[in-house]
Amino acid sequence: MGVILFELSLIFYFSATILSIIELFKGSKATSRAILIVAVVGFVLHTGSIIFRYLDAGHLPISSLHEASSFFSWCIVLIFFSLEYHYRLDLLGPFTMPIVFILMLSSSMLPKEIKPLSPVLQSYWLGIHTFLAFLGNAAFAMAFGIGIMYLIQEHHLKTKRLNGLFQRLPNLQILDEVNYKLITIGFPLLTLAIITGAIWAESAWGSYWRWDPKEVWSLITWFIYALVLHVRLTVGWRGRKAALLSIIGFMSVLFTFFGVNLLLKGVHAFI
Amino acid sequence: MRILVIGVNHKTATLDVRERLAFNGERLVDGLMKIRSLPGIHEAVILSTCNRVEAYMAVKNPEESSNTLLFFLSEFHSIDSNTLHKSLYIFSDENAVRHVFRVASSLDSMVVGEPQILGQLKDAFEFAIEQRATGMLLNRLMKKAISVAKRVRTETKIAENAVSISFAAAELAKKIFTNLTEKSFMLLGAGEMAELAARHMVSSGVREVVVVNRTYERGCELAREFCGRSAKYEDFHREMIRSDIIICSTGALSYILRKDEMQKVMKERKQRPVFIIDISVPRNIDPEINTLDNVYLYDVDDLQGVVDANMLERKKEAEKAEKIIENEIGAFSKWMSSLDSVPTMIALRNKAEEIKREEIERLINKCPDLGEKELKAIEHMASAIVNKLIHPPTVALKEDREDRDTLIAAIRKLYGINGEGEAKAESGNGETK
Repeated sequence: MGVILFELSLIFYFSATILSIIELFKGSKATSRAILIVAVVGFVLHTGSIIFRYLDAGHLPISSLHEASSFFSWCIVLIFFSLEYHYRLDLLGPFTMPIVFILMLSSSMLPKEIKPLSPVLQSYWLGIHTFLAFLGNAAFAMAFGIGIMYLIQEHHLKTKRLNGLFQRLPNLQILDEVNYKLITIGFPLLTLAIITGAIWAESAWGSYWRWDPKEVWSLITWFIYALVLHVRLTVGWRGRKAALLSIIGFMSVLFTFFGVNLLLKGVHAFI
Repeated sequence: MRILVIGVNHKTATLDVRERLAFNGERLVDGLMKIRSLPGIHEAVILSTCNRVEAYMAVKNPEESSNTLLFFLSEFHSIDSNTLHKSLYIFSDENAVRHVFRVASSLDSMVVGEPQILGQLKDAFEFAIEQRATGMLLNRLMKKAISVAKRVRTETKIAENAVSISFAAAELAKKIFTNLTEKSFMLLGAGEMAELAARHMVSSGVREVVVVNRTYERGCELAREFCGRSAKYEDFHREMIRSDIIICSTGALSYILRKDEMQKVMKERKQRPVFIIDISVPRNIDPEINTLDNVYLYDVDDLQGVVDANMLERKKEAEKAEKIIENEIGAFSKWMSSLDSVPTMIALRNKAEEIKREEIERLINKCPDLGEKELKAIEHMASAIVNKLIHPPTVALKEDREDRDTLIAAIRKLYGINGEGEAKAESGNGETK
C-alpha cells in the first residue's frame, strides 16, 4: 500500500512539474492554481505513503537513502505550502516542484526494501535528529529555488531586458527577504540537528564527534550558511551575493546528502 | 431609428480645429440641447475631450441628419464649413456602433489602452441623461459600450504595461521594492520631465520626498508641492545614503556621480538596493554605476526601450480587442434589428397563432367526441379572438410615430416575445423581403 501511494504521489509531483514548465512559458492564474492543487493531492498521497512505511518499519522511515530523499521532498513541499500561504509569491511553484520531483524520482530509483535498523541506532534521537536535519535542509532547498528566482529577476533588471518572466516574477526585495528568512529558519534547525546528532552519537558509539565524512560535510554546510548570515549582517551582502551563496550552500547540502553516501564511506553509510 | 456618429479626433483634425469645436462648460449644455432639438435627431450625447469631439445621435435618416448637424456645427462654433468637412468623420449604423465601442475601449486613443477615455465617455453619457437628451437607443448603446470596454480591459492586456517614461519608472520601482510607501525618494534637479516622473512616483505611494536643486529656492518650492523637504545641492551625496529611489535631471554637462563615489554610498547604505533614474540629457550619472551590486540605473533610452516594448505588446493586444468588439457588434445589431416593426408584428402574430393551436389541440384531447362542425366553429371563434386581440398593437406598430422604438420594446416585453420568437421573427422578416 505504501509503495502504491508513493508511486501515485510521484505521478502527481511529475504532473505538477509539467504544469510548472507550462506556467513558465505561458502562465495564467489557472496554471498556478492547478500546480497548487496537484501538489496538494501529491502531498496527501505522499504523507499516506510515509505513514504506511512508518507502521511497517516501526520507526520514522528515514533509514535508507530511498526513505530519506522521499522524506526530504516531503519537508520541501511542506515549506512550499507555508510560503504559498504567507507570501503568495508568483511563480514559486515552478521553482519548487522540479526540485521535489527530482528528489522523488531519485528516491524511486533507489532500493526500496525496509532494512532492519541496527540496535545501537534504535533511539528516540533518530526521529528528533533526522527531522530537524531534513526540515532545515528543506528550508535551504526553498532558499535555493528563491535564490534562482532572484538571480533571474536581477538579470532582467540589470540588462534591461524586461520581457518574458520579468513581468510575472515577484519583486527583488520580497525574494531577498524570503531567502533570508528561510536561511534564518534553516540555520538554527541545522545547528540543532548537529547538536542532537552529537548527543546521539555519544550514546550510540561513545563519542560526540568522529570526523566522519557526513559530519565533516554537515559542518562545511553549517559554515557556509553561518557565513551567509554573518556577511549579511556585517557588510550587507544581500541581493545577488546572498542568492549566490544560498545556491552554493544548497550544493553543499546535496553533496552531504547524496555525495557522501554514494562516494565516501562512514558510520552514516546507511543514510 | 438609426445610429449616427459625427466627430473629429487627433488623427483627423489639428489641435486648432479641435479647440474650436470643443464643447466646454456652458456651451455643452447649450450645444446638447440645440442638437437634440434639430429636426430628425431624437437622441444625442456629446463627448468633448482634448483629443476628440464627437456627437452620438439616434436619427431617422443619417444622410439628412449629418447635413443638418454639419450646418449646425459650423454655425455654432463659427467655423468655415469646408474646413469642418475636411476634418470630420461620419459613421452610421454598424460602423457607428463599431466606432463607439472602439472609442470606449481606448482603441481609437492617441495612446492605445489609456484608461481615461472610458471615464470621460461615462461622464458625457451621464450628463446627457441628466439633460434628458438620450432615449432607449443611445442608453443601450452607451451602456453596451461601457461593458464592452470593461470586457476588453479584463480579457486583454491592453492597459497593463506602462507606455510613458514617467509611468514606466514607477512600474520598475515596484519590481525592485515590495512597498513603495516605506521607501524614500530623492528628486535631484527640477526639470519638467523629472517633475512628472516624481509625480508618478509619489502617486505610486512614496511618502518621504527630498528635493535637491542647485537653486535652493526652486527646490523648496517643489518640495512643498510634494509635501517633502528640500536639501542643499552640496549635500546630495549624503542624502543619497538615505534615498532608495532617485530621479536625476540636472542641467549639468558632465557626470555628477561616479562609480567610486557610488561605491562609498553603497557601503554606507549597507548595500540596501537603490533605483536611480537618470533622465537628464546629457547623462548626469556615470552609466558604469549599473555594474555595482544592488544599484539599478536607468537612463532615458532604457526607459524608452521599456515603453517601446510595451507599446508593441499593446498593439498585439489591440488585435484581440478588435475581435471582441466585432463579436459585440453582432449582438448589438441583432438587438437593433429586433426593433424593426415588421418582425415584431410577425412575431406577435406567430405567438398568438401558437397559443391558439395549442389550446385547440388541448381541447381535442379533452373532448375527443367533438364533431367536425363544432370543431370548425370553435376554431373560427378562436381565430376571431386572436385577430381582435392583436389588431390594436399591430395598427400601433404600423403607425409612423416618434416613440415607435419604445413601443416596439414594450410590445415585445408585454407579450413575452424573445429568444425563440426573435429567431422566428427574423426568418419571417426574410420571407416578407
